[in-house]
Amino acid sequence: MSTPLKPGQGPLEYARRPWIIILFGLVLIFLYAPIASLIVFSFNVDKSGVWHGFTFMNYVKAWHNEAIFAALTNSITIAILSTVFSTIFGAMTALTLWRFKFPFKNIYEGFVALPIVVPEICMGISLAMFFNYTGMMAGVRDWIWPFNLINIVFAHIAFCFPFVAVVVRARLQGFNRQLEEASKDLGATELQTFTNVLVPFMAPSLVAGGLLAFTLSLDDFVITLFSSGPGSVTFPVKIYGMVKRGVDMQINAASTVLIVITLAATLIAMKLQAPSKTGH
Amino acid sequence: MSAPIVSIRNVSRRYPGGVTAVDNVSIDIAQNEFFALLGPSGCGKTTLLRMISGLDTPSEGQIFIGGEDMALTPPNLRPTNMVFQSYAVFPHMTVQDNVSYGLRVTGVAADETKRRTAEALEMVKLSHLAARKPDQMSGGQRQRVALARALVKRPKVLLLDEPLSALDAKLRDDMRLELTRLQETVGITFIIVTHDQDEALSMASRIAVMNKGAVEQIATPAELYEQPRNRFVADFIGKVNLIEAAVLKQTGKKVSCLTHGLGNIDVTSDKSCGDKATVAIRPEKLKISTTEPKGAGLIKSRATVRDVAYYGDTSHIVADAADGLNLHINVQNNTRTGGAGVDRGQKIWVHFNPTDALLLTE
Repeated sequence: MSTPLKPGQGPLEYARRPWIIILFGLVLIFLYAPIASLIVFSFNVDKSGVWHGFTFMNYVKAWHNEAIFAALTNSITIAILSTVFSTIFGAMTALTLWRFKFPFKNIYEGFVALPIVVPEICMGISLAMFFNYTGMMAGVRDWIWPFNLINIVFAHIAFCFPFVAVVVRARLQGFNRQLEEASKDLGATELQTFTNVLVPFMAPSLVAGGLLAFTLSLDDFVITLFSSGPGSVTFPVKIYGMVKRGVDMQINAASTVLIVITLAATLIAMKLQAPSKTGH
Repeated sequence: MSAPIVSIRNVSRRYPGGVTAVDNVSIDIAQNEFFALLGPSGCGKTTLLRMISGLDTPSEGQIFIGGEDMALTPPNLRPTNMVFQSYAVFPHMTVQDNVSYGLRVTGVAADETKRRTAEALEMVKLSHLAARKPDQMSGGQRQRVALARALVKRPKVLLLDEPLSALDAKLRDDMRLELTRLQETVGITFIIVTHDQDEALSMASRIAVMNKGAVEQIATPAELYEQPRNRFVADFIGKVNLIEAAVLKQTGKKVSCLTHGLGNIDVTSDKSCGDKATVAIRPEKLKISTTEPKGAGLIKSRATVRDVAYYGDTSHIVADAADGLNLHINVQNNTRTGGAGVDRGQKIWVHFNPTDALLLTE
């Protein structure tokens, strides 16, 4: 009884059994069929929902559609601004929580992470009320671009920076404090130690957290809808408006662009967060 | 002793919550000494080292380095450098950048930095690995990076926190010799923290034995081993048989005592003793024989071998003497055959010269 086993016959080789491979495939189809069809039909010749031939026309039309283009410009501007500020605030929050002990620290830490779990709709309503009461909703409407987007930028920073803080905090948890002590022992000042030792250590988490903030900001709909006045339309809000008025393959084209941007950002973030293969 | 390079005066370190890590410690360390702080874990030796480096602050007392009070000097301005237990080599820098770091951050000129870095790498024999990142190196190599990085600063005092504890046995022996060689070459005072008595005994010129935050004894390795001041030091440094004794009579330096298990022993002691004392004798100073030993003044006792442990060069025998006294005896395995020459359960004679025994009163 020494016939060699065929692949997949070993008692624990589940991943090589045909039925489980089929199941994997079905899960993938369930998850990605809608997105795949959206991308495929962005290259369709007409908007009938039946494949009539390949074209780039939808992309060209979307590019020349001023409303879509303006919304995309708004979204990217907002995403860049809120990424920069939420990365700075998030890193500072993480450093504070990591480095210092103070009364009620646990409670403070909990409150910092709260925006991650608070339903977006609640946050959206509270921000809308805040901007109304303070007069900011009406006040910034006529400001010159991009300052008319300031409400949305504030709102996005508010819900993005906790994500950055969590990512950076997790990274700092693995920091060997003796590196900091070694730097000071070797003659470095507090500031030199921060820039030469701590920042390089934090760098992957800063980039990862920043990219996370960027994708969150770019495709946010609920909070943006509540905190934007008329006239400052972002890309997701614009698409929503267009869908209500009927299907147009320009939407598919624009959405595909959005998917590619977020996917690229996420892939880079994941790569940076992955532990290096050489150990440590 | 000439003016000490490091002078620790009545230093204590108390933590909030009532824990005292270091308790009223005073030590003077001379120029060019290889000084060891030795003690069990939690005895405060690392805290003391960190206070010398400035990474921790004494609650009371003063630390002088080169005659200057260091109370208000932060670690980056002290003439000390530390080799950390985890090595703390900067993972994102090459070996070269690690070693030159201390010179670059303090504004040493570029050409001097380059020259001194090359020298330091040469000294620890890592010149060929200058472009490597630490994660491509072994533990022993990283340790040498940490050493070079500290030595390149030319400190007055080099502090080493358990430098050999993370290395495997063979590498540890090599590194021990390497450290001794380096210390002789660079002529810098080394202060090493260790819990390993072999490490301290073999490398240090003087050792401070610490226990529960306090210094028990400061002495040379041979003094510590042969003249321990109290039971803790005798027991911590090497193995020892501690035999309870009642003091019968003391005339001058001669003390007669009745031991628990070995009968009457006369030993010499400089100190005046109370009623009770402990006779300490090292296992290698006990001899065994199968027939009754002859010799004037020998202390001898019958015993039964309970256990024999074979260590290659020596065998370690545990024997039961009278009154439930256990004796630990080390014998050299001087021949290739026979080992210790006794078996479990065998009746033997244990004997020793009373001048090899020491009377401890504390």
